[in-house]
Amino acid sequence: MSEILYPEDEAALAAALREATGPLQIMGGGTRQIGRIAPAQALSTRRVQGITLYEPGAMTLVAKTGTAIEDIEAVLAAEKQRLAFEPMDHRAILGTSGQPTLGGVIAANVSGPRRIQVGAARDFALGVTFVDGTGQVLSNGGRVMKNVTGYDLVKLMSGSWGTLGVLTEVALKVLPVSETQATLKIHVTTWADAVGCMSAALGTPFDVSGAATVQAEDGGFDCLIRVEGFETSVQYRASELTQRLAKFGAVDVVDDPWAEVKDLRSWAALDTVWRISVRPTDSLRVIDLMQDLQKEPGFHCQLDWGGGLIWLGLEAAQIANAQAGLALHQALQTHVAQLSGHATLVKSGFLRDQELCHFQPLGRAIEHVSQTLRKKFDPRGILNPGRMS
Amino acid sequence: MADQKGGEKAKSDDKKIKSGELGEDYIKYHAFSVAEDLPLRSPKIGYNYLPIGGLNMEMPQPNSEILSKKAKIAAALRAVLPYDAVIDDPSETRAYECDALTAYRCPPMIAVLPATTQEVSDILKICHREGVPVVPRGSGTSLAGGALPTADCVILGVAKMNKVLETDYENRLIRVQSGRTNLSVSGAVEEEDFFYAPDPSSQLACAIAGNIAMNSGGAHCLKYGVTTNNLMGVTMVMMDGEIVEIGGGYLDASGLDILGVICGSEGQLGVVTEATLRILPKPEGARPVMIAFDSNEVAGACVADIIKAGVLPVAIEFMDRPIIEICENFAKAGYPDCEALLIVEVEGSEAEIQDQLDRISAIAQKHNPVELRQSQSAAESAAIWLGRKSAFGAVGQVADYMCLDGTIPVSALPEVLRRIKELSDHYGLRVGNVFHAGDGNMHPLIMFDANKEGDLELCEAMGADVLRLCVEVGGCLTGEHGVGIEKRDLMEDQYSAEDLEIQMAVKDVFDPAWLLNPSKVFPLSVSQSRRAS
Repeated sequence: MSEILYPEDEAALAAALREATGPLQIMGGGTRQIGRIAPAQALSTRRVQGITLYEPGAMTLVAKTGTAIEDIEAVLAAEKQRLAFEPMDHRAILGTSGQPTLGGVIAANVSGPRRIQVGAARDFALGVTFVDGTGQVLSNGGRVMKNVTGYDLVKLMSGSWGTLGVLTEVALKVLPVSETQATLKIHVTTWADAVGCMSAALGTPFDVSGAATVQAEDGGFDCLIRVEGFETSVQYRASELTQRLAKFGAVDVVDDPWAEVKDLRSWAALDTVWRISVRPTDSLRVIDLMQDLQKEPGFHCQLDWGGGLIWLGLEAAQIANAQAGLALHQALQTHVAQLSGHATLVKSGFLRDQELCHFQPLGRAIEHVSQTLRKKFDPRGILNPGRMS
Repeated sequence: MADQKGGEKAKSDDKKIKSGELGEDYIKYHAFSVAEDLPLRSPKIGYNYLPIGGLNMEMPQPNSEILSKKAKIAAALRAVLPYDAVIDDPSETRAYECDALTAYRCPPMIAVLPATTQEVSDILKICHREGVPVVPRGSGTSLAGGALPTADCVILGVAKMNKVLETDYENRLIRVQSGRTNLSVSGAVEEEDFFYAPDPSSQLACAIAGNIAMNSGGAHCLKYGVTTNNLMGVTMVMMDGEIVEIGGGYLDASGLDILGVICGSEGQLGVVTEATLRILPKPEGARPVMIAFDSNEVAGACVADIIKAGVLPVAIEFMDRPIIEICENFAKAGYPDCEALLIVEVEGSEAEIQDQLDRISAIAQKHNPVELRQSQSAAESAAIWLGRKSAFGAVGQVADYMCLDGTIPVSALPEVLRRIKELSDHYGLRVGNVFHAGDGNMHPLIMFDANKEGDLELCEAMGADVLRLCVEVGGCLTGEHGVGIEKRDLMEDQYSAEDLEIQMAVKDVFDPAWLLNPSKVFPLSVSQSRRAS
């Protein structure tokens, strides 16, 4: 494949799309190689960059999509603000280099542990400008927090993985950084207690902003419960939660573990990783399935969003061959479909050359709607074709 | 804060047929006959209180072919619905002739009241086959005419579908039929100390179906977000009758975020019959502080400083002098003599509330407030809120008024208030501003005298100028009421032809024949070729 195209600005990007004669692989910094990536000319938004507006008092930031998330976070930090949805950095788990960009975060709707409290990337996107598959520059939404003027294509573009258009500018809602945080670790012995503990925490009025569970070295599990805010308030809520969660296991206050939880840094060596979204208590049924199918070789598991987000991982040694991996993948997607939810193969490892659905297959009617939408936005089918299949 | 009043002054026979610039295919809907000679594109803007002239709002001429099939269509609907769920007697269809935008009225051809998703599917199959337009209706509280019928349409009311289907506290969600009212969703989970966060001011009456159609907001969305941020899934019936599940008890979409575009699509993409909603544990308590300033600019700067300091109140309400005076005269809330008043409310435990109020007060003190009053009790909280909550009623006592709901960047507040004042001087009409200052959602109330010739026209022209001003400073036409028919003809002020085209292309995907609520949201001239097809 030829070299990556780097249009210098939105106009050049639009021209590149108009002049394209074949499929394009749309990318930002290229750090999230997730989904089916067909051979195609790569086109990066990386040089369409820069923060065009930042008003801390209005909690609004507008930037070109090639802007590095790192740069945006630095500018926000100087005003004690942040991207509250806490976008995951996929570089560790996927072994990619380069800079995660704003465009990538929105196009893939990437959120982190705080999603459970404040919402996803899509909830913080106030407006978008994008180039459709015919090279037209289009806008939707705006830069204000309440806007019901016309259809909400901002949501539609968020998480569309570049298959409807190439984002060139995004307006974001940002929030203040909390003065402090406290994280409680509750040690439990079963996944059921872990989910029960997280659910109990999230059912309190104490504004829990993170509820995850990681496997502990002793074979048990550590529930991690985060509260954020002003010092006295955090102390109060942490102490209330400590009392209420003690029935699940020993409660300790631990150092901030959330970067590790968010980015799965300790999973870098794993071969295959799935990301599954279900109703939180249904996570136990997914884990049951894995325990049936992977009893002997074992598997890695981390829960986030109170159990609603399941990360499953396999070491190379935990999978016999590609056929076994494929069978497991299909069993997971079938099971998750029955529960209502979705399973995405995030790191394909052994499965990289297999014919499979990286994203959860959709029902017939919604698949039809999705395909028809793509034809409207990208009549030639040149934008990341097949990426979300 | 869109409390609906009025209706009593609306005339029932105010619809007159007259050809407009769009040709013989259109009817002008008139609220007042004086309006006949005004130019066609004079846009109709939002209001809460009649009378307002529905000067020249056009709707398509009813399709005579459809009207001639009325008996056949009613019979087909009765074959799939209980007899009394199909209303075709003109004396009874009149009950559905308008929503809360009462200036515009037109009884539908037929109204249907299904009780199940399957019945909705059966209805839509018939209408799809017969080419009959369908206007979905929740509780009929739209301020934008979202549920206004046409004479050749079937109104599909979901009011009978009001059941709670599932409450799941462990997973913090509730599943309801879409005709259930907003407040009764919270009511259903109250015993476990949970609530449903979006709280439009019509929440006692408005249905979840309408909340989803308009992506409704409320006073507390600074902290909790609007409907789209609290909607997890829907059961929806497509125009061809197919029943689809979108989203559910899990977070985020697996494929394209179809749910995200359904929410706020004003009933034009499908009929939502069930919804999965996020519920939250109730906060321990809440209390406001009232801060008075001698200029709008200083009040605006104080809002920005509160936000920058990292305090995130659940509500920041702003009132300017005209509103403060009117409210004080009306409600005797004890508001001080000042230019601008902020009411800032925070939540948490008693100690947390006190801590946050102290921080806010310290920030406010730097701006030399005229007065600062922290509520120390439920009674004091009620007194502080009293004036604000009676604002619309109070203004209604002194004048006829039009209320807009454009949104602006918070930073543009002083400029926008200054320019609204200039417009007010230019047009010779008083304006009062109440404002969700935290999120930029304005509610300017333009006061006029409906009995004074020409005042109404002035008011409408000024309203359009105010909304254009909102767009010019980087805001939008509507923050929470929706476009409907009301701001339909201003859409080209916000969006380019291409931006509107791609939105209409989305409707093409869901409803290729443009049968669902077809004459709303997009200017008729822009959607004409699609609706004609």
